[in-house]
Amino acid sequence: MVIIKDNKCDFCGCCVGVCPENCIELYEAKIEIIDEICTDCGKCVWACPFDVLELRVTKSKKGEIA
Amino acid sequence: MGFGKSFPEFDYYDIVVVGAGPSGTTAARFAALSGAKVLVLEKDRDVGYPVRCGEAVSHEGLVQFIEPNPKWIASTVKYFKLVAPDGTVIKPNLNGFGYILERRIFDYELAKLAANCGAEIVTKAYVNGLILNDGKVEGVKVLLNNSEQIEIRAKIVIGADGVESRVGRWAGLNTTCKLQDMESAAQMTLTNIDIEPDTCYFYFGEKVAPGGYLWIFPKGENTANVGLGIAGIYGRQRHALSYLEEFVEKRFPSASILTVIAGGVPCAKTADKIVTYGLMLVGDAARQVNPVSGGGIISGMIGGKIAGQIAGEAIKKNDLNLIFDYENEWRKTLGQRHERYYKIKQFIYKFSDEKLNEIARELSKIPYENLTLKNLFFTAVKTQPSLIIEVMKLFI
Ligand SMILES: Cc1cc2nc3c(=O)[nH]c(=O)nc-3n(C[C@H](O)[C@H](O)[C@H](O)COP(=O)(O)OP(=O)(O)OC[C@H]3O[C@@H](n4cnc5c(N)ncnc54)[C@H](O)[C@@H]3O)c2cc1C
Ligand code: SF4
Ligand code: SF4
Repeated sequence: MVIIKDNKCDFCGCCVGVCPENCIELYEAKIEIIDEICTDCGKCVWACPFDVLELRVTKSKKGEIA
Repeated sequence: MGFGKSFPEFDYYDIVVVGAGPSGTTAARFAALSGAKVLVLEKDRDVGYPVRCGEAVSHEGLVQFIEPNPKWIASTVKYFKLVAPDGTVIKPNLNGFGYILERRIFDYELAKLAANCGAEIVTKAYVNGLILNDGKVEGVKVLLNNSEQIEIRAKIVIGADGVESRVGRWAGLNTTCKLQDMESAAQMTLTNIDIEPDTCYFYFGEKVAPGGYLWIFPKGENTANVGLGIAGIYGRQRHALSYLEEFVEKRFPSASILTVIAGGVPCAKTADKIVTYGLMLVGDAARQVNPVSGGGIISGMIGGKIAGQIAGEAIKKNDLNLIFDYENEWRKTLGQRHERYYKIKQFIYKFSDEKLNEIARELSKIPYENLTLKNLFFTAVKTQPSLIIEVMKLFI
């Protein structure tokens, strides 16, 4: 799953633009990742300019190691 | 009466625009000019803020939409300097000039123009879904003031919701940006620095900004936007902000940092489909950014104007199918050119530092008068014989 690190997000939307599952909700000053839809692909984590997101790899949703 | 606008239960507009950036307010202005009832919804409390932009535009681009006004112009730019990884500086002959804007005020000004033409603008209105009927878009779902969930019906919805756009995707248009095309960007506005107020600097190289570039855009005498974008794939190793911090510490050790922002620039070609039943996309939402430079203010406004005019016509003639003309109009005006730029980008951002240095050395032999941007490009190609073939392919 993708973890949002505290207080670092600038709400820029770069992560939303690359998310293939369309599962990031970006408000004026809040972001949420809808965990049930997220596939742990990691794209949002790499796109983020501020190193806000972190992929915690347990087992990916599709049963493979991401 | 409450603080914000309240909507009657069955409110109805001809056109609802999602997002009050330059593309959205330009679309709204031109749609309202043709007499349509237009509403613009913006999620933030403020139009034009926060500013996630280097704020550079060309004079010719700008004057198509608004008369330049010192109220929102921070600097007039006459020169570019391109810096190769080994420090070689190339000064192309621009044959024109441009501006660094104060977008916070500029975006307000565009919104006022739209409002003066009859469009309504509502802030703190977060669009979180579409009203869909049999695949047709018939309006938007909105969270107002963080508290009230409402629906607003419209004949046409224009998605101008920026890099983070989801409006198109809700209607089945694939606008997801590929990771390698997304420029992951960070920018600081610095003051107390030594810069040339009429010159934009661009730095290239794997160590400065892999798959992108670093910019210094002057805002007056001793202030500048200093930022960079790296191609999203490189963010896997290191994030954009850390590249920027390293550069600023080295180059501007005594700067005061006025603001730091993150941003994303979709440096892709325009999305394959930017229209569907009842929906049009404009600006960053449609991926209308110049894929080489990352400039999206003017191109987004061009997209906004075309979409706004066509939407207005469709309402006037009561023929909603007219909106499908927009895709073609955009392609003719800029879309095709962006496709060509996209191909160029794909090979120039693959250059190694050695190649860039070699090209820069070649270019530095050309006198300023002859070093137009076109000449610069062709000399770069000549220096790299393998590129000639690539470039030929673009024109065949
Ligand atoms: C760091 C950086 C530097 C840049 N430098 C330059 C430059 O120097 N020159 C240049 O030409 N371009 C530059 N660009 C690109 C330029 O900023 C964009 O292309 C331009 O702002 C696009 O305008 P737009 O109207 O399409 O989108 P935006 O300006 O992003 O506006 C979109 C609006 O929609 C709102 N919105 C989003 N989602 C919703 C929703 N669900 N509901 C309601 N509202 C919503 C947003 O809050 C925002 O106000 C830069 C971009 C970045 C990130
Ligand atoms: S890309 Fe990073 S800073 Fe930007 S909204 Fe996403 S998590 Fe926040
Ligand atoms: S990991 Fe992939 S699917 Fe999950 S939020 Fe990030 S980009 Fe979207």
